[in-house]
Amino acid sequence: MSAKQAIDLKKTAIDWLGILPFLLFAVMFLIAPTLYLVTGAFLNPAGEFTFDNISGLFTDKILASYWISIRVSLASSLGGAFIGFFLAWAVVLGGLPSWIRSSLLTFSGVASNFAGVPLAFAFLATLGRTGLVTLLLRDWFGINLYATGFNLLSFIGLTITYMYFQIPLMVLIITPALDGLKKEWREAAEILGATNTQYWMKVALPILFPSILGTTLLLFANSFGAIATAYSLTGSTFNIVPIQLYAQIRGDVLHNPNLGYALALGMIVITGISNLIYIWLRMRAERWQK
Amino acid sequence: MKTQKIGAWIAVLFGASYFIIPLIATFEFSLRMRRGEYSFDAYRSVFSDVQFRESFSYSIVMAILTIVFGILLVVPTAYWVRLRLPQMRPFVEFITLMPLVIPAIVIVFGYLRLYNSSSFIPFTGSARGTDLLLMFSFMTLSLPYMYRSVDTAMRTIDVATLTEAAQSLGASWPTIMFKCIFPNVMSGVLSGAFITFAIVIGEFTMPSLLNRPAFGPYLQLIGANRAYEPPALAIIAFAITWASMALLQLVSRFSKSAPSKP
Repeated sequence: MSAKQAIDLKKTAIDWLGILPFLLFAVMFLIAPTLYLVTGAFLNPAGEFTFDNISGLFTDKILASYWISIRVSLASSLGGAFIGFFLAWAVVLGGLPSWIRSSLLTFSGVASNFAGVPLAFAFLATLGRTGLVTLLLRDWFGINLYATGFNLLSFIGLTITYMYFQIPLMVLIITPALDGLKKEWREAAEILGATNTQYWMKVALPILFPSILGTTLLLFANSFGAIATAYSLTGSTFNIVPIQLYAQIRGDVLHNPNLGYALALGMIVITGISNLIYIWLRMRAERWQK
Repeated sequence: MKTQKIGAWIAVLFGASYFIIPLIATFEFSLRMRRGEYSFDAYRSVFSDVQFRESFSYSIVMAILTIVFGILLVVPTAYWVRLRLPQMRPFVEFITLMPLVIPAIVIVFGYLRLYNSSSFIPFTGSARGTDLLLMFSFMTLSLPYMYRSVDTAMRTIDVATLTEAAQSLGASWPTIMFKCIFPNVMSGVLSGAFITFAIVIGEFTMPSLLNRPAFGPYLQLIGANRAYEPPALAIIAFAITWASMALLQLVSRFSKSAPSKP
């Protein structure tokens, strides 16, 4: 009996040994760094427990940067989800030729990965002061874009730029959900006398709702953590949270390292909550895709 | 039905112009370097820049190292979890998704505090050490994509049977791993590799905060100081992303037709 137990124990030990490198990697490069920041957010420079850093987040300057970050992420995720949904709807249910669908999906795969610094360059060349669209609007239509108060280096400009990777991401994730709408559901609704609007409001949208909401949250988290595009578009003038954190890491601009940890903790909490709700909603949505 | 089709066309036309106009504008802008006529001067200027070549080759080397070590970490883990620790799958999957939940800038912030020159493991104490830490941070960034594509490929093969067959023929663990498992999940490995390549080449935050001369920080520097080179670089970066994704599509299409063969 004890010999069998010993063999079992040895087998379990070997089983765990197999994923030891992975666990070591996860602890060293994911868990420990995150825990370090999270605990640091609750310590003062002398190493004692405190809530001062957390309450330090609720000052005008930091609150303002969280607020602008949340606004940009919310606007670009809602805009991206809305346009992305219609694009996906058009290629799945709009009766378009099939080559449009495959080229849209291929392109979305590329564009959702085309972010960071080059994306900022692309939009400066498009909507910047001497960008092509700015010049064409001036020469062809006599509209001086920058006299209307538009500025690429602003809330609206950043939102338009972010949507370049948000829309394709929405298309990629929501297309399978639209594919999952069964023909039978529509036929059943029509036989019962439902109009097109009734079918969408009472059948299709309620089924799609978890997918749509979940993906919107994913897009939100996606843009909330992004920094490269905003940084090279606006320099450090536009104070979204990641840019402020970047400045803090480089030069302790808040003059308090532990407040920097709290800033990072705030980011983890916001992206963490939106991602967890996304995962929960996706599990709910998958019930219909079986 | 007809209004629906018109609506669909409008949506697609709108989407297409949103995607394509910035690309056209970027290309047009990149040709404007010479006054009064279009030329490829900006590209010539980019390619003749020593810093461009150095940072680009640095990033390519880093991408290759990240891919190699990422594969060596992910494939055995995914295999072992399927074979011996199926109860651990949700946990391992959750870990692999963590880099999507925690922003890259936060992760690298933790590294800088945890592995500075006065710590237990002083990665940032030397240039080589920082390179190593940067490679690990790239592995972290690409972990969700690498794990998912490898795990998806592994779903289509029966790892338990393959392992037993190999074992009964007297194969050792390295033989099973490299001659039996790897070839069977090659499509997943390659998809993971291409997406890793696309991510690593353009990454700005991590090399910038670790102070390493990678392509991302170089792009940012040029963007802050030059006028016509940035759009040329954006076109080059887009071409690289496009090439990686095209190869990925090719590989996944190839693998989809593979299991149907008897």
